[in-house]
Amino acid sequence: MGSLTHKFNDNILITSLDKLINWARSGSEWYFQFGLACCAIEMMSTAAARHDLERFGAMPRSSPRQADIMIVAGTVTLKMATRVKRLYEQMAEPKYVISMGSCANSGGPYWQHGYHVLKGVDQIVPVDIYVPGCPPRPEALLEGLMHLQDKIREEHTLAKKAS
Amino acid sequence: MTEREIYSALTARFGEKILEFQDSETANPAAVVIPAVLGELMTYLKDSEDTLFDSLMCLSGNDPGAEEPLEVVYHLYSMMHAHHFTVKTRVPRENGHVPSVALLWRTADWHEREAYDMYGIVFDGHPDLKRILLEEDWEGHPLRKDYVAAETYRGMTIAKVKE
Amino acid sequence: MSRLHAEEMILNMGPQHPSTHGVLRLKLTTDGEIVSNIEPVIGYLHRCFEKHGENLEYQMVTPFTDRCDYLAAMNNAHAYAIAVEKLMGIELPERVEYLRVIFAELQRIASHLVAIGTFGLDVGAITPFIYCWRDRETILDLFEMASGARLLYNYIWIGGLAHDIPPGFVEKTYEFLDMFDARIAEYNQILTGNKIFIERTADVGVLPPEVAINYGVTGPSLRASGVDFDLRRKEPYSIYDRFDFKVIIGDGRMGTVGDCWDRYYVRMLEMAESARIVRQALDQLPADGDVKSAIPKRIRPPKGEIYFRYENPRGELGYYIVSNGKNIPTRVKMRSPAFSNLSVINEIGRGWMISDVIAILGSLDIVLGEIDR
Repeated sequence: MGSLTHKFNDNILITSLDKLINWARSGSEWYFQFGLACCAIEMMSTAAARHDLERFGAMPRSSPRQADIMIVAGTVTLKMATRVKRLYEQMAEPKYVISMGSCANSGGPYWQHGYHVLKGVDQIVPVDIYVPGCPPRPEALLEGLMHLQDKIREEHTLAKKAS
Repeated sequence: MTEREIYSALTARFGEKILEFQDSETANPAAVVIPAVLGELMTYLKDSEDTLFDSLMCLSGNDPGAEEPLEVVYHLYSMMHAHHFTVKTRVPRENGHVPSVALLWRTADWHEREAYDMYGIVFDGHPDLKRILLEEDWEGHPLRKDYVAAETYRGMTIAKVKE
Repeated sequence: MSRLHAEEMILNMGPQHPSTHGVLRLKLTTDGEIVSNIEPVIGYLHRCFEKHGENLEYQMVTPFTDRCDYLAAMNNAHAYAIAVEKLMGIELPERVEYLRVIFAELQRIASHLVAIGTFGLDVGAITPFIYCWRDRETILDLFEMASGARLLYNYIWIGGLAHDIPPGFVEKTYEFLDMFDARIAEYNQILTGNKIFIERTADVGVLPPEVAINYGVTGPSLRASGVDFDLRRKEPYSIYDRFDFKVIIGDGRMGTVGDCWDRYYVRMLEMAESARIVRQALDQLPADGDVKSAIPKRIRPPKGEIYFRYENPRGELGYYIVSNGKNIPTRVKMRSPAFSNLSVINEIGRGWMISDVIAILGSLDIVLGEIDR
C-alpha cells in the first residue's frame, strides 16, 4: 500500500482484484446437489431450517452448468461413476469438489465386500475437501464449506504467483 | 388352510412332481417341487378357491453352498384367506432354467430379473429378462458363493482386500 | 396440407435429477408432453448389502440394514433384530420391547415427514419442506440423545438395545408429542386443502387395489387404494397388539380412491396414529429392566430359515434369513417395499404428462438405498 495509506476517506476500499474476485466466489458457492445416498439426507438437512446453508451464499442448483461446487454426497457405485465423471466435466471452471461422507472419501463401510462400490470418488474426479463421517453432521459439512472458502480465498486468478 | 393341508392338496393333484415337505428347521413350511411343474402349480395356487394366493410376498434366489444346486424360493400369501405357503425349487448351478411366474404376479417381474442378475438362473417366459441392478456388460453373478470379483471394471479399480 | 409426422421421443430423467428421490433413472417415451411408457432403470446405488450379509457375522450386519432404507433406519434394524431373535428363540425384556416400539414409531413419523416434505417440493411447494424438516430435527435430537447419531444409529441390536435411554428422554418425548399434535393441523392448513395441491394430485395416478396387490405394492400406497392391510394389525409382532391405533385407509374424498392425494393423506393421518402409539408406549413404559440382558454372548442361530415381514413406513419389509448353524448367515435377503412399489409406476404413470409422472413418483415414496440394496 505504501504512499496511498490514509490518504483517502473511510468509505473507499483498497484491495487487489484477486482478493475481490476470491471474496465474491467464496461468498456464493452454488453447489450442485448431487445427493446419492444417506449423506444426501444430511445435505438436505444442512440446507433446511435449522442449519440453513443459504446464509453462507450456498444455493442449491440442479444443473451442473450453473454450479460451482459439486458435493458428492453418498456412495458412488461403478454404475454411477461414469455419470459422475460426465457431470463433473459439464461443470464450468472454476469448479471444486467436496467429497462428503466415508463412502465418497474411500468406499466407506462397503470397502471390504462391495464389489460394485467405487472406493472413493477421488478415483475419478479431483477432490478439494474431504468431509469425514457416516453421515457427517450438518455442522461438519458447514465446516467443510468454510475450509473450501478459505481455499478459494488463497487463489490467484489474475496475478500469477507460485503457490 | 394350514401349510400341511395345502401340501396334501398339491400332492393329490401333482403327485411325484412335489418332492418333499420341509416343516422342521424353518419358520415357513415349504413344499419343494421340480422346476417343470411350477407354471401349472403356481396357477393352481393362485386361482383355486381354497388357496387363492393373490400375493407373492417375496421371490428369492439362494445359493446353499459351493457344490449344491441353486434354489428359488417363493413366499406366498393370500389376502382373502390370510394364510401363507412357501414353494422351493432347485436348479443346477450352470444353465438353470425355471418357468417364470411374472405374468401371474407382476411383482415377480423385477424379483426374477434380480435373481437372474445375482445368480444366473434363467426364467423362461419372462417378458424382458435382463439385468436389473448391475450394468448390462457386468460379468459374473455376484451372489453365488463361488463368485470372484474382477480386478477392474471399465478402467476403475475394484479394490481387493488381501486376506 | 399433408399431416406432419411426429415421432415419439425417449426422454431420460435421471439418474441425477432433483425430483427422483435419489439415483433413479426413468426412460420416458413421450409424445409431446404425454408419457406413453416409463421404464425405470435402477442399480445406481447397488451397494452389495446381500453379499455383506453373507460374509459378516449377524450382529455386524445391523449397521448395513440401517443404510439400506436410510430414512427408516430404526425400522430396518428392528425388523432384522426380530427376524434373528425369532430364529434363535430369544425372549426380550418388556422395557426393550416398549423402547423399540417408541423408536420405531418416532422413526415412522420422521420418515413420513420427509415423504410429505419432498412430495410438496416435487409439486412446487417449498414451505412444507422447510416445516417438515424443522419438526424432523426435533425427532433427530431425541434419537441423538439415545443413540448418539442423527441418521444411522446401530442402536437396535439383536437381543436388546445398544444403550438405555438417558434421563430426560421421556420428558422431552412428551414435549415433542404435545407440540406435534398442533403441527399436524398446520400441515393440513398449508398443503392438504391447498387448491393447487389438490389440482395437481387428486385423480392423478389412480392405483386400483387388484393391480396394487398383484404388483406387490404395500404400505401406505396400498392402504390409499382402499385395502385394509397393515402388518402391525394383521400379523402383529413385538407388542403392537397392546396398542390402540387406527389403520388409515384411503377413501377418495378429493378425487378417486387410490390417487396421489390419497397416498399423501394416508401418510399424514398415519403420523397422528404413530404419535398416539408413542404416547401409549411412554405411558406404559416399565421403569426398570436391563436393555442388554437378553443379548446373547455369541449369536449363532440354529440351522433353519425364516421369512419375517414387518411394517416399514414404505410397506412390507421382509427379511429372508437362512442359517446353517454358523455365526455368519448363509443368506440375508431383504425384500424391500420400495422395490415393488416402484415397479407399478409404468402401470399408473402411462398416459399422464411428465409433471404428473413426477407427482406420482413422489407419492409412491421410494428410497433408492432400499431398492438397490
